[in-house]
Order: sequence, then C-alpha cells, then structure tokens
Amino acid sequence: MNCDEFVELVTAYLDGALDAHTAARFIEHLAACDGCERYLEQIRHTVGELHHLPGDSLAGHARDRLLAAFRDWPGAAAP
Amino acid sequence: MPDVELPADAVIVARLRARDEAMFAALLDAWSPGMLRVARAYVGDEHAAQDVVQEAWLGVLRGIDDFESRASLRTWTYRILVNRAMSRGSRDARVIPASALTLTAEDYAPTVDPARFRGSDDPYPGHWRSHPERWPTPESELLARETRRYLAAALEQLPARQRIVVTLRDVEGYSSEQVCEILAVSAANQRVLLHRGRAALRAALEEHFTQEVPA
Repeated sequence: MNCDEFVELVTAYLDGALDAHTAARFIEHLAACDGCERYLEQIRHTVGELHHLPGDSLAGHARDRLLAAFRDWPGAAAP
Repeated sequence: MPDVELPADAVIVARLRARDEAMFAALLDAWSPGMLRVARAYVGDEHAAQDVVQEAWLGVLRGIDDFESRASLRTWTYRILVNRAMSRGSRDARVIPASALTLTAEDYAPTVDPARFRGSDDPYPGHWRSHPERWPTPESELLARETRRYLAAALEQLPARQRIVVTLRDVEGYSSEQVCEILAVSAANQRVLLHRGRAALRAALEEHFTQEVPA
C-alpha cells in the first residue's frame, strides 16, 4: 500500500469498515510508515478535539417559552 | 459532547408523559447545545438555528405521548430536528435539497493534496515527500482554547453536508448507524462525507499549527 492510498482509508479503518484483506494491508503499511502513523494520529487528534467543542445554549427566553409550553401542554397521559 | 447524566429513555419518556417539568428542563439543557450545532449546519444564522431548535422541541412535545421506543429518544429527537431544519433551510433559500447527501465524482477526489506525495517518476511513488509535521502539545489551557476556536471556525467553513455529518459523528458522538438513521443515508455515503470533512479539518489544524505563532 502507498501513502496516498492509506490516507483515503483512515475513516473506513477507524469505523472498522475495511474488508479483511485491505485491513491487513493497511496495518502492514501503518507498521512500516512513520508519516502515515502520524497522519492517522492527527486524524484521531482532530476527532478528539471536535468532541470537546463547546456548544451554545438555548436562549433564555426560548427556554422559558418551551417550559411554559410544556406546562400548558394538554392531556397528561395516564401511566 | 457527552450527555450529562440522564436516566434511561423509558424513565425520561414516562416522566415527560407525566408532565414532569424538571425532566423536560434537564433534557432541554442537555440536548439543546448539540441540537443548535446541528441546526446551524442547515440554516443561515444563529437566530434561525434557535428557532429550529425551539420548533423541534415543540415537535417532541407533540409526539412524546405516541413515541415508540424503536429508536433511542435522542435519535428520534434529532430526526425531528433535522426535518425542521431542512424545511427551514429551504424557506431561507440556503437549500440543502433532499439530494444533497447524494455523492458526486468530486466527493471521491483525493482528500490530501496530491503534491504531498511523490510522483510516478520517483522510486517511491505515492509516498510522502515529507512526513506531516509533528503537532505541538498545547502547553496551556489558553492555547488549547485557541485551537478549539480555530477548529470550530474551520468546521463552519466545511460544505454543509460534510459539516452535518462531522457534527453528528464527531462533535455529538453518534455512531455510524445512528447517523444513517437520522439522515436517511447509507453507511458508505455518510462515511465518504465524514472522511472528507475530517481530512479538511486535519489540514486546517495542520495549517494552524505550522503557522508561526507570535510569541
């Protein structure tokens, strides 16, 4: 496997979606190539950082309105 | 972002049906930030995203008494969200048409600049000309925050379809199966979009890290 093929397979590899033969070639290349090992690690790092992006909150007035709507929602179901 | 501690779906649903306001408030606070992020990938601005998320929660209220636990409650909620966001997106003329998640030849183009690899006249064609540079480990919380701000901006710049899939998979942490269920796409197609999005964001971080940082 060449590096330019490797970089296009990282997502399928991380999803466990490579067929057994391609997965074996992928691992073999990974073991031999420092550049691709680093590339994969940087993709992992990117994914890890994405998981820590802060989110916005619902605006206070929107939250209040939804809670009011919930309070007034008709027909509580019988358990 | 990981969920704060919420009870199991069955408990949440029972409490919502019993009109337990504290339960609804907890759910609003836990899920709205992620929902806003997904909505932002569909609609033009923050204000529209807030509207879409509100509409989605009203949809949850309308549907909760009939909710059947075939999907998880969160997946079901996100499906409502995506439907609202799509119709809002088309009203805003920032259209993500239903066909948008269909792939074109462009989606299969290389995700790493081919110039980074050796040419066919080289003894090692297809191998790195020079390896990707090592990234610094952030020395301070300030630098880590700066990197995340940069990454958030890069995510906003992605084409909408990539942004939607990356947001669901990597920011929100949904599995491939759940994303396919929410977006009604095949596993292979969502993976192509995820792959392009991740590669573009890695490249953006690389640019960020290899720029000279002013001391």
